[in-house]
Amino acid sequence: MSDLLSNFWILLAIKLVAIAALVPVSALVIGTAELKISAHMQSRIGPYFAGGRFGWAQLIADGIKFFQKEDIIPEDADRQVFRWAPALVLLSTVALFVVIPFSPTLIVRDLDLGVFYVLAISSISTIGVLMAGWSSANKYSLMGGLRAAGQLIAYELPLVLAVVGVVIQAGTMSMVGIVEAQASFEVFGTIAVPYVAVQFVGFLVFMTAALAELSRIPFDLPVAESELVMGFVTEYTGFRFLFFFLGEYASMFSMSAIAATLFLGGYHFPGLDPAIWGPVVLVAKIFFLAFLMIWFRWTFPRLREDQLQTFAWKWLIPVSLANIAVTGVFKVVF
Amino acid sequence: MSDWFSEPANWVFLVVGLAVAFSALRVVTSRNVVHAALYLVATLAGTAVLFLLLSAEFVAWVLVLVYIGAVIVLFLFGIMITRAPIGYDATLDNDHRGVAAVVSGALFLLLSWVSIDFFGSTALKDVGDPTATDLLGESILGRFVLPFEIVSFVLLAALIGGITVARKDATPLEAEERV
Repeated sequence: MSDLLSNFWILLAIKLVAIAALVPVSALVIGTAELKISAHMQSRIGPYFAGGRFGWAQLIADGIKFFQKEDIIPEDADRQVFRWAPALVLLSTVALFVVIPFSPTLIVRDLDLGVFYVLAISSISTIGVLMAGWSSANKYSLMGGLRAAGQLIAYELPLVLAVVGVVIQAGTMSMVGIVEAQASFEVFGTIAVPYVAVQFVGFLVFMTAALAELSRIPFDLPVAESELVMGFVTEYTGFRFLFFFLGEYASMFSMSAIAATLFLGGYHFPGLDPAIWGPVVLVAKIFFLAFLMIWFRWTFPRLREDQLQTFAWKWLIPVSLANIAVTGVFKVVF
Repeated sequence: MSDWFSEPANWVFLVVGLAVAFSALRVVTSRNVVHAALYLVATLAGTAVLFLLLSAEFVAWVLVLVYIGAVIVLFLFGIMITRAPIGYDATLDNDHRGVAAVVSGALFLLLSWVSIDFFGSTALKDVGDPTATDLLGESILGRFVLPFEIVSFVLLAALIGGITVARKDATPLEAEERV
């Protein structure tokens, strides 16, 4: 067994298969959760018949449906760019799964620059969104793509700055290193406290910016159905649409996983052995954060474009800069 | 020479290097602005891979975050918000392509000559593990703190200058009319 795992190529293949399986599975589970939770929040039942009970197979059926649909490319579209755009969006999502630590050893690669890698890779999807918006040869798509780019530029900054506080506190950028730093971080001397206790401002800024990066309500202007008829996704059908859909829900999972790792102690929970319980603990934390995002969706109305930009530049960025300054002072003093 | 081919990293270098050269060529020959910008993305991504091959992990991800994630996005944003027709744009060609070819050819020869003359005898056997991030941070904010601060000061000045140039404050009369 250890012989098999020490072979570079076999290990690489195993890791690839694991990620390739995890991305659609996580997207399906979070997607189903959104269908059911949204339904119950609105006093509906939601999907009920697919799969026999609770409508658990609804999204699997939807996925199969997408695969047999016609792949329509508009006459005026830029065919090459149109084809590549969904792949680029999904690529950046898949690459994020590389540094999510499910336990001290259950991680594809614990990069020394883990957090930095996350921020760099997640910025690639913007290019894919712009490509999709432009190549569709549709005014609504182009508007959606431009809105998405403007929004992602504005909220990339607070996202990066919110993470800096955690990095200063932990003294490392490695994902496993940050979880271990939280496991040994004690405020009152007895029990390990996750960073959310001291980096609460950073946590709020990070979650807000993450919602904006995911284009979810209240920051869903790029895909606003009622005004832009889904924005940059409008012209996509069949499995290319499925790519965007998978990317959206899988990045909800990966963003929650990163937030859980940075602020909520990741795979660590007091009293549970992370080597065995790590994955369960992390997935539980991920679903807690994903539930918050779904809850937000049915609680807040959509912002206006100028409110969205004002909120990022005039509130989130100054607040996260102040957070960095305060964290730095505390780190030096204590 | 047979040594060179037995090293897998060299093969990766060859493939990525050719891809970078091809997409860099397409950046200037493409007849569509958006395509040119997208080929620039491919060029920068390939360059990031070359840095990864040299174990310069930090530089590689900085390239992705700053150039692909911010600079090119702003390029595309600017192009799309002003003029970005689908299809080929005949006005995108330039009469000075001969001069440009001579200049860039001369620059290429000069740079190659300098690098070979300077580093030709240095053998890069094993690049080793990536530099630890804390060492990198300490050297930037320790030994190189003065250049670092000067660069950030210049950038700050450019930022403020950009805002001042772009911003049109209303004259008192206009401000009154607006109310």
